Amino acid sequence: MTPLVYFQLLSAALFVIGLYGVMARRSAVLIIMSIELMLNAVNINLIAAASHLEGIGGFVNFDGQIIAIFVITIAAAELGLAIAIILRMHRNRGTVDVDEMNLMKW
Amino acid sequence: MTWLFVVLAASTLLGGLGVVLTRNVVHAALFLLISLVSVAGIYLILFTEFLALVQVLIYGGAIIIVLVFAIMLTRTSEYPRISDNRQWPLAAVAALALGVVLGTAFWTNPPTGTTAQSPEFTELANSLFTRWAIPFEVASLVLLVALIGAIIIARTGNGGEG
Repeated sequence: MTPLVYFQLLSAALFVIGLYGVMARRSAVLIIMSIELMLNAVNINLIAAASHLEGIGGFVNFDGQIIAIFVITIAAAELGLAIAIILRMHRNRGTVDVDEMNLMKW
Repeated sequence: MTWLFVVLAASTLLGGLGVVLTRNVVHAALFLLISLVSVAGIYLILFTEFLALVQVLIYGGAIIIVLVFAIMLTRTSEYPRISDNRQWPLAAVAALALGVVLGTAFWTNPPTGTTAQSPEFTELANSLFTRWAIPFEVASLVLLVALIGAIIIARTGNGGEG
C-alpha cells in the first residue's frame, strides 16, 4: 500500500503548480483553471488524511471526506460567479487580461 | 508505492503542468480535464468511491464544460499574446520556495497512518445529514445566492434597472 506521505507530497506538488499558474498567467480564464488545480490539491490532502488517520478531537475518521464534498460545492459556486464576472469584463472592456483591470488602482 | 499510484500521480502532475505552461487556452482546458480525471483515480486508490464519482461528474463534466463555454464566449485574438506576464520567473521562484517548504514539512515528519480504508456509504450519508446538517443547508443557500448573483452580473441590462 502507498504510505500517506506520498499522497501529501503529490498534493503539495499540485498546489505549487496551481500557485505558479495564478501568479504567472494574465488571462482570467487560465487563472480560474489554476485555482481549480489548487482546490483539487487540497481535496487530495483532505481525503488521504481522512482514509489513513483515526479521528481526533470530536472528529470521526471520515469527516475529511464530507469537508471535501463541501469544498467541491463551494468551488462550483465560485466558478459560476467567476465566469459571470469574466463575461461582464469582456463585454465592458473588450479584454480578459487581468493586467488591464486597473480601474480601482491609484 | 504501487505502480498505479505512480501512473496516476504522473498524469495528474503532467496535466497540471500543461495547464500552467501551454499557450493555447483550449489545450489548457483539455490538460485540466486529464488532471482532474487522474485525481478521480487517486480517490479510487484511497477507497473513496463516492468522491471519485462526484469528481468525474462535477469536475470532469460540469466545470470543464463551463470553462470551455467561457473560452468560447470570450474568444479574442489576444489569447496567445496574454498567456504569461513579465513576472513569471519571480512566480516560479516563489512557487518553488513554497514547494520546498511544504515538501520538507511533509517529508521530515511523516504521519503514522494505518492502511487506507473508508466507511460504508450509508455511514457517510448518515453523518452528512445528521452531524453536518447545518453546513449542508448553508451550502445550499450559498449555491442559491451564487446562482442569483451570477445571473444578475452576467445579464445584459436592457429592459431593467440592472
